[in-house]
Amino acid sequence: MAELALRATELVKWFGAGETKTLAVREVSFDAYFGEMLYIEGPSGSGKTTLLSLISGILKPNSGTVLVEDKDIWKMTSDQIANFRLNKVGFVFQDYHLFPRLTTVENVAIPLILKRFDWDESIDEAMKYLEIVGIKDRALLPPVKLSGGEQQRVAIARAIASRPDILIFDEPTASLDGDTGRRIVEFVKRNILNEKRCIIIVTHDSRIFQYADRIMRMEDGRIVSIEQGGGT
Amino acid sequence: MKGILKIAYKLLVNDKGKFAALLVGITFAVFLMVMMTSMFAGILHRSSATVLNVGAKLWVMDPAVNTPANSIPMPDYVLDAVRSINGVQYAVPLYSGGALVKLRSGTYQSVTVLGLDDSSLYGRPELIEGNIEDIYAENAFVVVKDAEFPKLENPRLGTEFEINDHRGVIVGIARVTTGSLFGVPTLYTTYNRALQYIPSTRFTTAFILIESKSKDAVPSIKAQVKALGYQALTKDEFIRKTSDFYKYQTGVGTNVLIMTVISFIVGLSISGQTFYTFILENLEKFGALKAIGAKGEELVYMILFQATFTSLTGYGLGIGLASLLIAVARLRLPSYAARITFPILGFAFVMVLIIAGLSSYIGVRKVLKIEPFDIFRG
Repeated sequence: MAELALRATELVKWFGAGETKTLAVREVSFDAYFGEMLYIEGPSGSGKTTLLSLISGILKPNSGTVLVEDKDIWKMTSDQIANFRLNKVGFVFQDYHLFPRLTTVENVAIPLILKRFDWDESIDEAMKYLEIVGIKDRALLPPVKLSGGEQQRVAIARAIASRPDILIFDEPTASLDGDTGRRIVEFVKRNILNEKRCIIIVTHDSRIFQYADRIMRMEDGRIVSIEQGGGT
Repeated sequence: MKGILKIAYKLLVNDKGKFAALLVGITFAVFLMVMMTSMFAGILHRSSATVLNVGAKLWVMDPAVNTPANSIPMPDYVLDAVRSINGVQYAVPLYSGGALVKLRSGTYQSVTVLGLDDSSLYGRPELIEGNIEDIYAENAFVVVKDAEFPKLENPRLGTEFEINDHRGVIVGIARVTTGSLFGVPTLYTTYNRALQYIPSTRFTTAFILIESKSKDAVPSIKAQVKALGYQALTKDEFIRKTSDFYKYQTGVGTNVLIMTVISFIVGLSISGQTFYTFILENLEKFGALKAIGAKGEELVYMILFQATFTSLTGYGLGIGLASLLIAVARLRLPSYAARITFPILGFAFVMVLIIAGLSSYIGVRKVLKIEPFDIFRG
């Protein structure tokens, strides 16, 4: 039995009040395990991104708990939550959010610098992650000089640089063509996922479902099904 | 923290367009503020040229006198009365007046004539040519070699001129610490010759210069002079009174203040606007940093560092530019009245810090408000 990475219990999140009140996530509970690639899938407005934010310490739920290492992250102070995000969670944003004024390697080094590593040490360490994602030769270029797939790899390198237990991908293939998207997810599955890491991906790109270990389908803020994925 | 500030530095300076615009804004503001205030400081300094050059520690004058250039002659008995005050070591008269000099070329030039006490020559300038004793020779005058000196056709020792139908001879060329404000050359002679050569009113003593026996005696001397119906001011008080007159009673101070405020607003607008745009353009990136795990205070430090770095660089450039312009202007116009003083540097520094503070305040507010969730939501 795989080790539990995260347990979400009866998460509820609404926006607005009165007549404009919208329930985005309705009593959602699920577990995520180390060594698995868990997809959250569903139509636009189904609450996928909100749920991702709730479990990653970005958006506070109105009720419910998110347990990581047996601690409810929403009982932490704001500084503790920031530390949790820095040390336990790695994010790959849909638009990558790379800094165009920094070089590729400096972008990757950001989490390490935030963890108070020395600058040179951070750059050296970041180079190793660029090597892992296969674009070490692009280290000194600004991200704008890279292709979409390469930028995605930089974002992945940045996300894993702090050695997080949980990796969160928000629509990782949305800005890529089909082939590149598949290659990236395949690369993540083979090289980034391991027994001590859990990867949660929000997507509605069915072309990459084959790589999922489990697929959690959401509609109207609820989980409507959890299925086994292709697992390739 | 050093690494985080280095990221902030790189984000700032690698955005060359914005960084240049920020620097231009702050440099321009500092340049304008420093130029305006240094010109004013130069004017104020020169307005007290007589007080500074004569150097007496205590000056007696009519209470209505506002500046050394506008003296109100006092009757002779005041000098005797002052000399009899307890604590006065000695007191001498000073003549200060204007005259028209006819030069050898036949042209006329107005001058300021200072008549020094015949017996002591108290307040005499430092001679660079000639002997001070020659001032007792017939028709003798000492000319000050300052920015106005060429207006007397660059006289030399022995150069003759006419002053009120009297013959005048240059017997000495002197230098003084401060040039005059009004663009008029200065001649020194003895008190009695000044009275003899220049048409005068019934009363003739412009100022009485006092040397007190001790510093402690000054308040008592001032009180006794006041009892006579006159006013005794220390050198610094007289300089301050002169400055206050130009600041508050001539409109010059108000105009300079308005221009300085405008410079500040221009600088604040340019740099504030540019910095705000810079923050807006990077807002998503700051949000991403927050999502990755940066704390609010770290983002605040980044913004403060960026604002402070830009402001201090702009401050240095502005001061450098103003100094360069003043130096160049002085090469072309020796009488150009502008001086950068430490209070001006301090004032500009404080103004720049305010610009940095206000600019970063807007940025900090924006960045603290951004939620990482907005980054996910897109």
